[in-house]
Amino acid sequence: MSLLKDAIISALGEDVKFRENYQYPVSVVFCTVPKTKFTEAAKAMKKSYALLAAEWATEETPWFGIFACYRWGSEYLIVKTVTTMDDPAFPTLTKKYLPAYRFERQMNSLMGVVPEGHPDLRPWIKFEDWPQDAYPLRKSFDASKPMPRVEGEYRWSRAEGEGVYEIPVGPVHAGIIEPGHFRFQAIGEQIINLEERLGYVHKGIEKRFESMRWVDGFRLAGRVSGDTTVAHSLAYCMALESMTGFVPSERAFWLRALFLERERIANHLGDIGAICNDAAFAFMLYQMMRLKEGILRTNSELFSHRFIMDRIIPGGVAVDIDLKGKEKILSELKWLEKEFEKLVTIYDENPSLEDRVRDTGVLLPEKARELCAVGIVARASGMNLDCRIFNPFPPYDQYDRIELDVPVLVTGDVHARTWVRVHEVRESIRVIRWLLDNMPDGNINGTIEPPSSEKAGFAAVEGWRGEIIYWLQSGPAGEINRCMVRDPSSVNWLGLEQAIPGNIVPDFPLCNKSFNQSYSGHDL
Amino acid sequence: MIRILRQIFSTGIVTEDVLGQEEANIKVAGDRLEEAVKKLFRGSLAIRHVDAGSCNGCELEIHALNNSIYNCERYGIHFTASPRFADMLFVTGPVSRNMEIALRRTYDATPTPKLVVAVGDCGCNGGIFGETYASLGGIDKVIPVDAYIYGCPPTPAALLNGILKAIEGK
Repeated sequence: MSLLKDAIISALGEDVKFRENYQYPVSVVFCTVPKTKFTEAAKAMKKSYALLAAEWATEETPWFGIFACYRWGSEYLIVKTVTTMDDPAFPTLTKKYLPAYRFERQMNSLMGVVPEGHPDLRPWIKFEDWPQDAYPLRKSFDASKPMPRVEGEYRWSRAEGEGVYEIPVGPVHAGIIEPGHFRFQAIGEQIINLEERLGYVHKGIEKRFESMRWVDGFRLAGRVSGDTTVAHSLAYCMALESMTGFVPSERAFWLRALFLERERIANHLGDIGAICNDAAFAFMLYQMMRLKEGILRTNSELFSHRFIMDRIIPGGVAVDIDLKGKEKILSELKWLEKEFEKLVTIYDENPSLEDRVRDTGVLLPEKARELCAVGIVARASGMNLDCRIFNPFPPYDQYDRIELDVPVLVTGDVHARTWVRVHEVRESIRVIRWLLDNMPDGNINGTIEPPSSEKAGFAAVEGWRGEIIYWLQSGPAGEINRCMVRDPSSVNWLGLEQAIPGNIVPDFPLCNKSFNQSYSGHDL
Repeated sequence: MIRILRQIFSTGIVTEDVLGQEEANIKVAGDRLEEAVKKLFRGSLAIRHVDAGSCNGCELEIHALNNSIYNCERYGIHFTASPRFADMLFVTGPVSRNMEIALRRTYDATPTPKLVVAVGDCGCNGGIFGETYASLGGIDKVIPVDAYIYGCPPTPAALLNGILKAIEGK
């Protein structure tokens, strides 16, 4: 029984076709609709309160496939339509779903499909100095050759009037962070408009996947966003495993969960410290970084990599944990918990810090919903979303045993995003203890066969930033035809743009840090 | 306030001696680096970090250089916000096509002798991203590089040892 499936059938009737034995896991509904009904399908989804999780295009010569992935509760539904290569137009979803705005700009820039009725088709990720006809995701595009630079200009959206001035920031920022460009229009201290421009770290990752072997792809996935290496390689492996029907051992799943939670703790600790640092409370940064370093060192000692990179492989995991390792983690958690709680009290009792973080950078719940935000950003703005609960893999599917508690706050300010992290660190500490105490025995990996031709695989994993989606498709010869990567940043960057106006310029770094979205994961 | 003070004193000094803790996988491309640093900076070095297309893995480890355990400032090494004050550029890569111009401009804005260190496997040779329409490969494809620090990502100890090796000409 699927609510979304029922909704789309009742709205489109005969027009919607369900294709069996194509996309896995089968719990994710896959259907095709005629191009003319693509918006109608979106309308039916919107009526069912579904959110748009991703939108992407594929080339299946002589067609372009246009895909939209919707999510409601624990259900995912993917709608596909096709358009010919001579007439690569399809109806836009922007009138129904705001995040389609960026997705479609990206599809238009990189695949050359044309969303008809899209309000703003300026190129995205594709810079103005790319040749106009360069569509890297098309099969005819030779990715190995460098592209010539051409003349071009990017049109910025502008606020004008007396006293309005502009501050351009980036792409090379003042700190040790990734590159991106932000343009503020401000009156006095007050920001009235922020426009982001991303794409500086576009490395052609999605195209690169297409030249890789299935068994090697996890390494590239682990480098889509280096801070989320565990969750990205996990999502890739799970999509691949679902295509081939391979089910890793229980122990492998539990170890994956362990890595995922350790990654979450390490990044959240760093973020909480950095947020406080941007509010001029450097004490917290140094304290939190000390705790984070402890976690990374234990990772290095037990799993021989500080970020557990390349330790999740197709078919399982590459490294096991023994009794000594378990003891090590448990004693570390004891230390961590004690130190962390002391620091949380300090955070909580500091009025000058509170003054900076409360009511700053507010993303209202209705806006977050409209933008289909995910992860910590969504949970700080009243949305109850977490793949660990709504799309779980073992052991998270044992609800009554693991009893995962996901924090949801409604104020949507910097404090809410910090506090969601605080709560998640506590919860992850508890989950890791539970995982270690209940870990089943067994193999940790197995041999995985490459998937057969013309199949697709889907996976959604809750990384520390939020839901990561991978959609893999095999071509006629069984090769990787398409690997769609949707980092949480692809949608959440829009949230930052919406949260900034009305704040003062000096609060921007603070707001940005509280979102802490990935540039690399977005630009691909 | 009392909690903050108590936490500071109970934490104490956590800075560790990491010299030689991990033999850095560093390749010094020319003797220009050793010479220049020894002669001009006397162990005090301002570094400007430039992300030319990295996945953010190297950035996390460069952050860790500044934490209280690795505490790079004790050696006179600090990260500066502007290339105008920088003696050294710490470039993580690969160089994406979209960052090429910004990287060149940053290089041009840095005063001579503007030493350049390529950080991480991708910065050294393009790594897993290789040379494609969007990735130009290693940093030395775009600007001259004086030293290479390998690793994916290089650990903070490797980074620190790499810089110190360069400074002291060990």
